[in-house]
Amino acid sequence: MIIKILGSGCKKCVTLGENAKAAAAAAGKAAEIVKVTDIAQIAAYGVMSTPGLVVDEKVVSTGKVLSAEEIGKLL
Amino acid sequence: MSIFGWMNDQFLRMTWLNDLVGQGVAGIGLDPASRLGGSVQFFVYDVVKIFLLLSVLIFAISYVRSHFPPERTRAILGGRSGLGANVLAALLGTLTPFCSCSSIPLFIGFTAAGLPLAITFSFLISSPLVDLASVILLASIFNWPIALAYVAVGLVVAVIGGTVIGKLGMENQVADFVRTVPVSGNVETMARTQRLAYARDQVIEIIHRVWLYVLIGVGIGAAIHNWIPQDTITALLGQDKWWAVPLATAVGIPMYADIFGTLPIAEALVGKGVGLGTVLAFMMAVTALSLPSMIMLKRVVRMPLLLTFICVVSAGILTIGFAFNEITHWFI
Repeated sequence: MIIKILGSGCKKCVTLGENAKAAAAAAGKAAEIVKVTDIAQIAAYGVMSTPGLVVDEKVVSTGKVLSAEEIGKLL
Repeated sequence: MSIFGWMNDQFLRMTWLNDLVGQGVAGIGLDPASRLGGSVQFFVYDVVKIFLLLSVLIFAISYVRSHFPPERTRAILGGRSGLGANVLAALLGTLTPFCSCSSIPLFIGFTAAGLPLAITFSFLISSPLVDLASVILLASIFNWPIALAYVAVGLVVAVIGGTVIGKLGMENQVADFVRTVPVSGNVETMARTQRLAYARDQVIEIIHRVWLYVLIGVGIGAAIHNWIPQDTITALLGQDKWWAVPLATAVGIPMYADIFGTLPIAEALVGKGVGLGTVLAFMMAVTALSLPSMIMLKRVVRMPLLLTFICVVSAGILTIGFAFNEITHWFI
């Protein structure tokens, strides 16, 4: 699966990316983490508060740094 | 002394803290009346006070704000127009994030949903300019009339600025991709425990982001407070100098700092006899306009609209600066 982190490179986005990586590993799934930093691309997902989390092109969370456990439930 | 006055002194102004720090400074062999002792006292007192107040305020405000995610704000503003809508947008702007960098996704989201530029810009101007935390800090550092006056003029700039930009009919000056952005309507709801956790996380995150600006701001404030002679300051920024307000605005515009970093500088400048209008102009210029936020905004609007935005806001700030310098004696 492809997990995208939407955000302009702030610290929150980095943390969210690490949590997503940990969550995928814990769930035993092969996941590619992609960071989307371009404002136009972020906007294209209709996201208004960063960081956003996109799993297989579906926005699952916005404006929150979810923990690895919380992301695990969404995968 | 009235109960309100007493509570104001103890909790907002924290006069006890200043006394305590003064005793501490004397305790380590420095005279608080001396330059070095005075600087140390100003620095320690201001840093502790600002961080204490910030933590409490951000927690409380974030809890309130968790009820107003951007999607909900957009839904509230959708389909409205006219002056009332501008006022509402400016008011909602006071509840949103402290950082002008988070305004851009909001701008895109609002515009994509078909909100008029007038309303979006009222929101965009008020969002970094006025927020509840800065109001209470202003009341702590100066007094309540100044804090309320700051809110009032900040909202006026936002409402008038948005209205003017709306009247100019520059809807075609928005980057094309903005119009094609999908609009998702779902508003995430939170349980009470989630709101508390959100508020706690916001405190950690915002303190983490602003602590350096606050230290730098207080450092500059302490330097002005104790080391730069009053004559030098008033020669540059004195109330009798016509260029004081434009100079403060011009210096403030490219700077990027949170309002919390500018407050200690403002405090020290007013202490040196600089006009209230000059100081307010500086604070507003720093927070409402900054190079990083303009670079971001350039991605979503075309140059004429960006320049209009900068001119309208600058004109508003200058007007407020000149006006407040005329009436400083009402407040201090």
